[in-house]
Amino acid sequence: MSRNPYVRPVSKTTWYMRNGRYRKYMLREVTCLLVGFYSFFAICVLAILAGGSEEAWNSFLASQQNGFWVGFHAAALIYYLVFMTFDWFKLAPKALPLQLGEQKAPDIVVILAHYVAWVVVTAIIFWLTGVI
Amino acid sequence: MAIAKKSIVWGLFAAGGTIAAFLFPALIALFLLVAADRVPAGLQYESLYGFAAGWFGKVVLFFVISLALWHAAHRLRVVFHDFGVRKDKVVARAVYFVAFMGTVLTAWYLYAIR
Repeated sequence: MSRNPYVRPVSKTTWYMRNGRYRKYMLREVTCLLVGFYSFFAICVLAILAGGSEEAWNSFLASQQNGFWVGFHAAALIYYLVFMTFDWFKLAPKALPLQLGEQKAPDIVVILAHYVAWVVVTAIIFWLTGVI
Repeated sequence: MAIAKKSIVWGLFAAGGTIAAFLFPALIALFLLVAADRVPAGLQYESLYGFAAGWFGKVVLFFVISLALWHAAHRLRVVFHDFGVRKDKVVARAVYFVAFMGTVLTAWYLYAIR
């Protein structure tokens, strides 16, 4: 007969508050809510377009133009850049180690390549949509 | 079978994450410009409708939206677990169902834009 092993009590809901790394992990992981939110936002845009009415589109644009949405999108953009995009690039050398001959490319090369590609892609989107 | 299934989920997760990391800042910035009353020319009805009506726009929009949705669903499943919800089967079914519905809706609306 063995005794029950001792199980250290760990909260299932607040465990990540104990440690800075865990807190950072949670701050990163909750960005999936923003990915989901903006995906469905884009689907709403498609739904309005599919209605085929220019008036409906213009009233949607007008309904967006207020302080709430300015603040929401601005805050979302900053949070998203810091905890999703830049974190994703930071982890890229671990997910995509680049082998050059005998040696592994330095992490900073892989990370910088991601930043360059991101700037190019963003510039193309802004160019296509007439922002720049 | 288990390995095959996992690799599909992982593939969608990785592809969606790359798309979300690279393209969503621009998407959010575009919504911010709209909110700030600086609607770019490309988001006026005619040009946006034209983009979504063409095959290139349809392919881009479908893959970007659906892959980002599957990525979000897969991560949301883990986030539920991390916040103490230990009913993984129920959570997994719910989040993948929502991603599936979003994918179907995207295809349906893109089909309707002609």
